[in-house]
Amino acid sequence: MTQTIARGPIGFMEAIKQLGTNGGGFLNANSATTFENPTGLTNFLSMYLLLAIPVALTHTFGKMVGSIRHGVALLSVMALLFGVWVGFTSFAEHQNNPAVAAAGVHSTVGNTEGKEVRFGDTSSALFGVASTMTSTGSADAAYDSFTPVGGMGLMTGMMLGEVTPGGTGSGLYTLLIYAIIAVFIGGLMIGRTPEYLGKKIQAREVKLAGLAALVMPVVVLVVTAIAVSVAAGRAGPLNAGPHGFSEILYGLTSQGNNNGSAFGGLTGNTPFYNIVGAIDMLLGRFAIMVPVLALGGALAAKNVVPESLGTFRTDNGMFVGLTIGVILIIGGLTFFPAISLGPIVEQLSHGRFF
Amino acid sequence: MSHVLTPPTTEASPHGVAQARGLFDREILSQAFLDSFKKLDPRVQVRNPVMFVVLVGSIITLLEAIAHPGVFTWSITVWLVLTVMFANFAEAMAEGRGKAQADTLRKMRSETEARRLTAEGREELVPAANLTKGDTVICEAGDVIPSDGEIIEGIASVDESAITGESAPVIRESGGDRSAVTGGTKVLSDRIVVRITAERGHTFIDRMINLVEGANRQKTPNEIALTILLAVLTIVFIPVVVTLQPFAAFSGATVSVVVLVALLVCLIPTTIGALLSAIGIAGMDRLVQRNVLAMSGRAVEAAGDVQVLLLDKTGTITLGNRMAANFLPVEGHSEQEVADVAQLASLADETPEGRSVVVLAKENFGIRERQLDPSHVFVPFTATTRMSGLDMGERQIRKGAAESVKRWVSEQGGMIPADLDAIVERVSRAGSTPLAVADGTTILGVIELKDVVKEGIKVKFEEMRRMGIRTVMITGDNPLTAAAIAQEAGVDDFLAEATPEAKMALIKQEQEGGRLVAMTGDGTNDAPALAQADVGVAMNTGTTAAKEAGNMVDLDSNPTKLIAIVEIGKQLLITRGSLTTFSIANDIAKYFAIIPALFAIKYHQLGALNIMHLHSPQSAVLSAVIFNALVIIALIPLALRGVKFRAANSSAILRRNVLIYGVGGVLVPFIFIKLIDLVLVALHAY
Repeated sequence: MTQTIARGPIGFMEAIKQLGTNGGGFLNANSATTFENPTGLTNFLSMYLLLAIPVALTHTFGKMVGSIRHGVALLSVMALLFGVWVGFTSFAEHQNNPAVAAAGVHSTVGNTEGKEVRFGDTSSALFGVASTMTSTGSADAAYDSFTPVGGMGLMTGMMLGEVTPGGTGSGLYTLLIYAIIAVFIGGLMIGRTPEYLGKKIQAREVKLAGLAALVMPVVVLVVTAIAVSVAAGRAGPLNAGPHGFSEILYGLTSQGNNNGSAFGGLTGNTPFYNIVGAIDMLLGRFAIMVPVLALGGALAAKNVVPESLGTFRTDNGMFVGLTIGVILIIGGLTFFPAISLGPIVEQLSHGRFF
Repeated sequence: MSHVLTPPTTEASPHGVAQARGLFDREILSQAFLDSFKKLDPRVQVRNPVMFVVLVGSIITLLEAIAHPGVFTWSITVWLVLTVMFANFAEAMAEGRGKAQADTLRKMRSETEARRLTAEGREELVPAANLTKGDTVICEAGDVIPSDGEIIEGIASVDESAITGESAPVIRESGGDRSAVTGGTKVLSDRIVVRITAERGHTFIDRMINLVEGANRQKTPNEIALTILLAVLTIVFIPVVVTLQPFAAFSGATVSVVVLVALLVCLIPTTIGALLSAIGIAGMDRLVQRNVLAMSGRAVEAAGDVQVLLLDKTGTITLGNRMAANFLPVEGHSEQEVADVAQLASLADETPEGRSVVVLAKENFGIRERQLDPSHVFVPFTATTRMSGLDMGERQIRKGAAESVKRWVSEQGGMIPADLDAIVERVSRAGSTPLAVADGTTILGVIELKDVVKEGIKVKFEEMRRMGIRTVMITGDNPLTAAAIAQEAGVDDFLAEATPEAKMALIKQEQEGGRLVAMTGDGTNDAPALAQADVGVAMNTGTTAAKEAGNMVDLDSNPTKLIAIVEIGKQLLITRGSLTTFSIANDIAKYFAIIPALFAIKYHQLGALNIMHLHSPQSAVLSAVIFNALVIIALIPLALRGVKFRAANSSAILRRNVLIYGVGGVLVPFIFIKLIDLVLVALHAY
């Protein structure tokens, strides 16, 4: 019996793969393979690299606007959501996979299917969340084999718009879109024309921010609807039922958010998925950038309103809370029905949610 | 003293245009009821993207109900139409209150006849409506002034209660800052010749009618921005709901179009969408109730954004009259002596200053008011002597400007006390006016007259500061006096020896710094500054030029009202923001009601999401739709009255509103959807 070991110039790509939140590996199994990610230490290092730039950019932002507190506020938004998602997904992966358990196999160390024993369930969940919540998309485990709710953690991490902390640069600017919407609603509640960093948020800014926030949910939902409606799309998923739906939804959410990770069950290398996926990626990435650039220009041209006690504070806990609220409302409310037909119903079919 | 012209100072008067109607006036209610049908016209609805989607949705369910009749489908259809009608009703209510006021005004405008002067100087009777700009008319006691104009000859007392609601007559005279008269007001005495300054149909009353009716109401900038956000939140939910059909089909489930439409209507922000225009109209209406006419909604919004208030000292910060505050004896005399003589000198002095001396002497030293003997002769104040006093036979008592009293005493061979100048200097430095008191050849001391700061004004300024608004006092006083009063009143800054140019420069300087400025003014020389300010409130007693330059007119001519205007502006925005938050927060509960119901047949497991334990899928959907409609009606009073506003810093206001409308908005629908479901079950509807 012979075994073919795939080899190649693997190691040198690793740093840029993670640091650039790119995520495409040399080998199909990506960071689950020993050449790409041999030990717990490299696993940790990978996570550090993929989080480094998008996280650090909040500090850059703080420096550029002349208030580190503003950067810290954005970082807090990212960190809080990231923390909750890590906790949720880790907890889910620490349970038995309900499908495996139904077959009579009970694990005492969580959901081990599709995971490298050298990383274990918690570390794999952490890596998965870090990779999906940045637009990296690398993987050290088979995301398709996560428990339904664990997989939901990964999927919803992307559905929030890749802002926690998101891709290099794109995470920050997408988060600012949500922040501007939060400022608009919150600012009204204190009785002033809302302003962010002294720039008034008026019709033009709301229009551009709204447009940018619309792009991703609309594109992902529409292409997913197309994929589940045509034969070429239906042929993709490995599994039937809710899990099959999750595979399609995951794949197109990942592409629409420029993430690149996948539920392995989906056969994506078909003409249909290549074309639909390409459109998904193009719109999901560039259709946001255009309004963002226009927004930047609109804001730059505005005069700065001096701060006073009556100004809506955009560097404190309330602002962080409101921004999180907007992210959850836009991401959560738009995807909740789709999620309920995928992972939620799949998990509930096995009895209970946790 | 001739006539004392006191501008009305009541905050809200019970008469005139500003007559406040009850929130549920029967007449307005029935008119609004009719209007809510008329406004179903798609051409009206298309202006409001949120409600237009509901209307289209109701047409879809109507077709479905006709094709496949059923109680559920019909119920949903009826409630969707009701949702649109409730929104119409809210708007009609707000408009109705304005229309009622406009009708009162219209009655006033018609039926007037004018006595026009022809070129030859003859009088002729013409209907007021035929007057044009430049005509000259005569008004005598009992006449109603036919149109807006300027008095070119004469003086008269005028009853302006028709406009201001203030019954005390005011004096209008030719020349100066009190020459403007308003059509519809009544001359009570004397005779005036008025040159008409308004074109037909553009009089003050015409403008007021247009305003309160909201005839050409345009959306304000902030309203436009919010409408865009609501449109975004509507557009995003359309694909969410539409894609559910293929998603469900892939899952082998079927979802009914009716339920999908119901879901869409529940998710889009109908609550704020329905109430948005009512909030805007009601904001203007609240100003009118305070007797303030805003020339545009834009100005009301700007009022909420104001960061600097320019306030005239006299009448706004101080009571306008100086009052005796202290008796300061020169060496060798006691306070008691000064008080005693000062009171004698003031007994016959009926000016407010004189009265205040008598009162202070009585209060501080228990010196009873003495009866004047018929032999005593009052010496009135004149511009040349600058003194007043009393001649009691040989004894002559005087009080007046220090220099004048000194001269008078020296002329009689008296001595000038060595420390007098120092006392006078000290009093002036403190921002007060010194009056020297002399009894014959002896100068006893000085009365300190102080500008009295209005009661409660300091607290108001403190509130303003907490809201991040800077107050600047404008005064013609010298810098020393101004500084002292500014300190006492608690304003942040002052502009002393203010000229119209200096005022203008200050406004421009603040605006260049990115701040919005509000001010009040009444004189013609205020007009450029009123026009330059972001919120310029002209006093109704002011000149036509001032009224045209400003973007608001205060009918009560009470400059303190500027503060109330700022609060109304803020309240308008807060009401919008809070109801938007409430509307969006409501969506969470609606999902928990509708999603399990949507896939109940295929995925009964999703029943786990039915945390409200609603009776059946149909009752769940219907309960959510009914809640969504009824909440509009429930919130109409809030939209019309405005969210309660408390002066506080931004963080405190935000915390309060997020708690009430955000957290409340999440919880309330859970409770009420469950209750509606229970009612539906009790009624055996399901």
